[in-house]
Amino acid sequence: MDDFQYHAPSSVDGVLSALRGADDGKVLAGGMSLLPVMKLAMAAPSDLVSLRNVPGLSDIEDHGHCLKIGACCTHAQVAASSVVRERIPALAAMAGRIGDPQVRNRGTIGGSVAHNDPAADYPAACVGLGATIITDRRKISSDDFFGSMFETPLEDDELVTAVCFPIVDGAAYAKFENPASKYAVAGVMVARDSDGVRVAVTGAGAGVFRVAEMEAALADDFSADAVAGISVSSDGLLSDNVAGAEYRAHLVTVMAKRAVEACG
Amino acid sequence: MSGNGSNGTGFIGASLKRKEDARFLTGRGRYTDDINLPGQLYAHLLRSTVAHANLGSVDTSAAEAAPGVQAVFTGPDMEDVGGIPTGWLIHSKDGSPMVEPKHPAMAIGKVRHVGEIVAIVVAETRDQAREAAALIDIDYQELPAAASLEAARADGAPLVWDEAAGNLCYDWEVGDRAAAEAAIDGAAHTVSIDVVNQRLVPNAIEPRAAIGNFDPTTGEYTLYTTSQNPHLIRLLLGAFVLGLPEHKLRIVAPDVGGGFGSKIPHYAEEAILTWTAGRLARPVKWTSDRSEAFVSDTQGRDHISTATLGFDEDGRFVGLKVSTQANLGAYLSTFATCVPTYLYGILFAGPYTTPAIYCEVEGVFTNTVPVDALRGAGRPEATYLLERLVDKAAAATGIDRVDIRRRNFIREFPYQTPVALQYDQGDYDATLDLALEASDWDGFEARRNEAASRGKLRGIGISTFIEACGIAPSAVVGSLGARAGLYEVGSVRVHPTGSVSVFTGTHSHGQGHETTFAQIVAETLGVDFEAVDVVHGDTNAIPFGMGTYGSRSLAVGGTAIYNAVQKVIAKGRKIAAHLLEASEEDIEFADGNFTVAGTDRSKSIGEVALTAYVPHNYPEGLEPGLEETAFYDPLNFTFPAGTHVAEVEVDPETGEVELVAVTGADDVGRIINPMIVNGQLHGGLAHGIGQALLEHCEYDDEGQLVTGSYMNYTMPRAGDLPNFNINHNTTHCTHNPLGVKGVGEVGSIGVPPAVINAVVDALSPLGVTHMEMPATSERVWQAIQAAQAQD
Ligand SMILES: Cc1cc2nc3c(=O)[nH]c(=O)nc-3n(C[C@H](O)[C@H](O)[C@H](O)COP(=O)(O)OP(=O)(O)OC[C@H]3O[C@@H](n4cnc5c(N)ncnc54)[C@H](O)[C@@H]3O)c2cc1C
Repeated sequence: MDDFQYHAPSSVDGVLSALRGADDGKVLAGGMSLLPVMKLAMAAPSDLVSLRNVPGLSDIEDHGHCLKIGACCTHAQVAASSVVRERIPALAAMAGRIGDPQVRNRGTIGGSVAHNDPAADYPAACVGLGATIITDRRKISSDDFFGSMFETPLEDDELVTAVCFPIVDGAAYAKFENPASKYAVAGVMVARDSDGVRVAVTGAGAGVFRVAEMEAALADDFSADAVAGISVSSDGLLSDNVAGAEYRAHLVTVMAKRAVEACG
Repeated sequence: MSGNGSNGTGFIGASLKRKEDARFLTGRGRYTDDINLPGQLYAHLLRSTVAHANLGSVDTSAAEAAPGVQAVFTGPDMEDVGGIPTGWLIHSKDGSPMVEPKHPAMAIGKVRHVGEIVAIVVAETRDQAREAAALIDIDYQELPAAASLEAARADGAPLVWDEAAGNLCYDWEVGDRAAAEAAIDGAAHTVSIDVVNQRLVPNAIEPRAAIGNFDPTTGEYTLYTTSQNPHLIRLLLGAFVLGLPEHKLRIVAPDVGGGFGSKIPHYAEEAILTWTAGRLARPVKWTSDRSEAFVSDTQGRDHISTATLGFDEDGRFVGLKVSTQANLGAYLSTFATCVPTYLYGILFAGPYTTPAIYCEVEGVFTNTVPVDALRGAGRPEATYLLERLVDKAAAATGIDRVDIRRRNFIREFPYQTPVALQYDQGDYDATLDLALEASDWDGFEARRNEAASRGKLRGIGISTFIEACGIAPSAVVGSLGARAGLYEVGSVRVHPTGSVSVFTGTHSHGQGHETTFAQIVAETLGVDFEAVDVVHGDTNAIPFGMGTYGSRSLAVGGTAIYNAVQKVIAKGRKIAAHLLEASEEDIEFADGNFTVAGTDRSKSIGEVALTAYVPHNYPEGLEPGLEETAFYDPLNFTFPAGTHVAEVEVDPETGEVELVAVTGADDVGRIINPMIVNGQLHGGLAHGIGQALLEHCEYDDEGQLVTGSYMNYTMPRAGDLPNFNINHNTTHCTHNPLGVKGVGEVGSIGVPPAVINAVVDALSPLGVTHMEMPATSERVWQAIQAAQAQD
């Protein structure tokens, strides 16, 4: 890992100005994605700007129609939060199955969405639940936020400050894990409310995607049987030593079924 | 329980807490990387990023000029030192010796695997060395790679070594080919199998490290290294590589965090660090990180085999023929050549009376990391093949899986197998019965039905196996090509006030020798457990030794210590006789006291020791002091055996395999410390389960390691394992005085076929008959798909 300058300002403005003052500055949250990338020399930022001293980024607020989760909330915090467990149990359960205890106690929701790893769980949770990403300057709907792998509309000096999750009638997340890393090989978030049904898939493709055919079928008949016969095409799905594209496509259907069943 | 034995039953057989754990559990272990010498420099080893290339120019000038850099050396700088040697010479069928290319410490002219060392950069700090190494400009002129057994043996394959046509190192055989083929031809039934025993990464928790040091005033070199066998390293490094006499080369293997075989070999790093320290006359330290370990620690297994078993109408095995290709990697590591031959082919009798057996093995060079011993080393590969084949035989004949094993068990001992080994003792029925009982084998159908009601396919699998530990005797292994003896050394020093230091040539890197060996000495010498300390790991402290591998430490090293104790007692008897004014023959020794037979007149071992060191009233002509050394060369291997039973549940939708139960019934010989024995079994079982279900070291066609980190190489974790149901039935080894066998490798040998047999059993209702390791979800799903497509 190459040398870098470390900053730990105590305000959002301080973070932004530190980023602007750097050649190639990066925000550091839990470091669970950024540090491995730096260790492999796939990134060599000149400056790391830590969020650890910025107050107010780790709050979880119940706004009635939605939960606002601060960008620096760790996965462990979300998993254990009584508000999240009561209001969106699928989200708490999802966070509780990210990686391992060390990862869950360091990694943050802000870091996860900003990184947009194609095998991460939060992208499916955000898109599936119809969340809004809040930054220091704007609000972006999940459908617009998550591009192909590692791509987001965030500017270089833009900070995610929170994610707002609408309260839905029912939701569940089913995940097939990579046995080594515990990342998603296929993770499906199914959410249902008055607007209809959303089905978001992570791990299988080059980025999170929705399955319109499943959403339509579930809107008609919210049952596992309704999606059992619907398969996504394996074209363009990821393939690695754990799962080829065909197997991933199969798992998407199985996980979708299980998520629907778990929705009750 | 520490301190006072086991409620009067003696120290042997007591689950005493491990002496070494106080320092390990409080972070006070002293590992190689914990050692820092005054004036120490740091090395970074620059490793090849390609699997096969001619080395064009290697420009080190920018690195040499970088901040803090003291030296940069490449292969040609070390050209004059000897190659890294191989410990075992194998002969091919036609009597010709194996192809044994020179293994330079650093690449000269060519690189042959990703991870091969191209240069060493030495600097004041570790970061400076690493940053400078990035400035070295290497012109790799890439060549096509032979990255797998199939690729290396294909027509027109790229050659790893010009002198090894077809990439063949040797073409070895054991057993009587004609007899085995005739038996199979004449058999009522035959079954055949093709199996892959996949490559594994050993993954000891402590990555390797080394510190070279040189004292110009004495000319003495010291190497601190993460080794399982410091004297062996001294022998190979001193005599073969650097040409240093023993008294000028000290090897220290301090606390070592696991080895599993990957810390047996003499590595190029050890030679490079020692040599560099000499050149610079300053200590130089190198510590591997995990990524580096993945491409530089020796790896294990990697066989492709085809085999046929012939049997009669009653399911009695009449002949077995096995043909194996074994991947040796790009260079011959220390025991690379013997693992797939003398530790593999000779295991094919298993616990069965098969009268005609033949095994042939091609040792093959590939552009991959060298392969060497890994927990079990050859024996897991043989056991897996045999136990899969036996299950196939049962399926083919309709004979029950347990019954066909029982029909073929060896029951008369000693038993001479057709593949060289002679088993001294065993009771295979007893461990089988115990395992069936403990696993509730007969109640399985109910469990299968209950699982089916939950949509799961449940299966049960069994393996009955033997292993061979404590490879010996030296004269025999020497005649088979071993370039070292396989005895062990123990010294027992009774101090003047009766406390005891024990010096062993074995090395403990997790096995608990400091406890087990102290128990043996405390019991046999009649002193307190706390009064005994065990010293290992330093060639300047210990007379000699061969180290720890192949489950040999207790059977060979423990016996050497036991024999040294007997010599101490013999001398003590003379001293006691003198003090008690009795004749030596009338002195009896028990519980630490020398007693005149039939009287209550006695002297304790403490009094005798004090007399030996303050010999005022002392037998004439007897040397003072109370310290004895024994070299012990066993007459034979020891033969642990047992039965393992595994139960799995398969999710037919995803192919996921959940291991729900593992039962072991093992005969590991006399048990000194049951807690340590069970711990070794647990670790071995976890290792074997890792192979059966999770671990797979994969290279791509270019020879790049695909699974080079824990993000994609799956190690078994606690959550992957059920509670182990461990049971013991013990028979004693007949040719060592302690009656001990060995336990460190049992789990990784016995359990993989039990797990795979269980997976196949679970899937058999769907028509699946075969499953490769690891039985990953995708593989299982594909097998189910294929079976359904056939319907
Ligand atoms: C072994 C392992 C297993 C894992 N398993 C899983 C898994 O199962 N599922 C899963 O979803 N994830 C998994 N992860 C990833 C983990 O969840 C990370 O926590 C997450 O991806 C990144 O969060 P972080 O806080 O660590 O971000 P960091 O690593 O600190 O940052 C990641 C990126 O986001 C940027 N960033 C961070 N915070 C902000 C912000 N507020 N605004 C703008 N940019 C920001 C950084 O600059 C960087 O580019 C795993 C990680 C590891 C190491």
